[in-house]
Amino acid sequence: MPESPVGDDIEIKNISKTFGEFTALKDVSLNVKQGERVVICGPSGSGKSTLIRCINGLESHEEGSITVDGIPLNHKTKSLEQIRSRVGMVFQQFNLFPHLTVLENITLGPIRSKRLTREQARERAMGYLERVKIPEQAHKYPRQLSGGQQQRVAIARSLCMEPKIILFDEPTSALDPEMISEVLDVMIELAETGMTMICVTHEMGFARRVADKMVFMDQGSIVEMAPPTKFFDSPDTNRCKTFLKQILHH
Amino acid sequence: MKKLLVLFFLTLFLSGCSENWGWYVVNPYNKSGWVNLKFLLSGYYFTLLLSFTSILISVAVGLLIALPGLSKNSWLRNFNRVYVEIVRSVPILVLILWVYYGLPPMTGLEINVFWAGVVALALSDSAFQAEIFRAGIQSIDKGQYEASHSISLNYRDTMRFVILPQAIRRILPALGNQLVYMLKMSSLVSVIGMQELTRKANELVVTEYRPLEIYTILVLEYLVLILVVSAGVRWLERRLKTDARV
Repeated sequence: MPESPVGDDIEIKNISKTFGEFTALKDVSLNVKQGERVVICGPSGSGKSTLIRCINGLESHEEGSITVDGIPLNHKTKSLEQIRSRVGMVFQQFNLFPHLTVLENITLGPIRSKRLTREQARERAMGYLERVKIPEQAHKYPRQLSGGQQQRVAIARSLCMEPKIILFDEPTSALDPEMISEVLDVMIELAETGMTMICVTHEMGFARRVADKMVFMDQGSIVEMAPPTKFFDSPDTNRCKTFLKQILHH
Repeated sequence: MKKLLVLFFLTLFLSGCSENWGWYVVNPYNKSGWVNLKFLLSGYYFTLLLSFTSILISVAVGLLIALPGLSKNSWLRNFNRVYVEIVRSVPILVLILWVYYGLPPMTGLEINVFWAGVVALALSDSAFQAEIFRAGIQSIDKGQYEASHSISLNYRDTMRFVILPQAIRRILPALGNQLVYMLKMSSLVSVIGMQELTRKANELVVTEYRPLEIYTILVLEYLVLILVVSAGVRWLERRLKTDARV
């Protein structure tokens, strides 16, 4: 297949990483096209979080290379800052800044690293708060919000940097069951806008609905990579079959 | 234990009433007593000025010393360790004497009593402040750094807007304790002639020959000062606790 002229948003080539004795990633390669939506799943400890954390340099990889939007990732400050201003991230534990209001949480990045004025940032932030449907919470502190609302604020904080790519690291795993759907709804809407997304999640309904590509990881390697229909209906490997059976069982 | 304490204070009180004591030296109802009392109380000015100036400087220096201690670079970390270990192991009194008598001939700088006291107290306290800041900063969740990185904040902005505001809220009680400690340690600066509470009492003792009464007043002066400041610190802590931001 010929390379598309736009090129890939993310190119991961043969990266490896170890934590002491433990091999977290073993020769992993993954390409993500512009606007593509990738869902990564796998048992815990399989390296899926580590993989996406390597993309914005929260973890450093030992071998191989990563290119994001044409910028090669190395651990020089310049390249990291360039990549991080193009890549948003949403965390399992939200990681909102507890001492700042919702609005301040969202505008801090744009004001400090995108050099927006306070008014521009505020206007932009309110737009994104509308999009995640909690504009009325703008002046509250994170502690005063429910988990689902906090995660939506975190999504708005990411979006307000206007990234090309957004990474989700198990965004619904820390939420009470009744709050999962409000977050997934926001993510589905986001997917429809054509944002490049990589999600580590076990929400298979969500995956089936939005993913262009499913990735199954086990023991630090990508074991299976396929479009969702093939992935769910006829996976090639036994490990993937067993895993799917386990999480779709109930 | 309690009975012993009660007995102790009872004895003190009763003996205070006995004729062995000469409260006239600080009796506000006679003229010379009032003058003496005012003289003693005027020591508050330099005790407070000295302590607050020193704590402000030591907090700033402490932070500057704490930051390299958190670095990934082992040279910077070692600098932090060496500073803290050396400064902590010098007694404050020795440091005061050294700064006042040793520093001027060594550096050729003139230094007056007040600034010698400030330098010595701030230097000594900065090592403790550095440890407090380090602990406070280390207590902030790793996720806060990651979130800051993910919105492309640089190191300075991450510290300034995210980490330090949270760390300072956590270490305020410890800073309060340091302030109380500083108020007490400022009494040592009397040895180089600083006109603070202790020095004033010493001078009055020399002219009036009534150490018992004058030093008792001195004890009460510190007691009131420390109780008031501690109450202030506790009030601040309570206010922070009910804050939605913490």
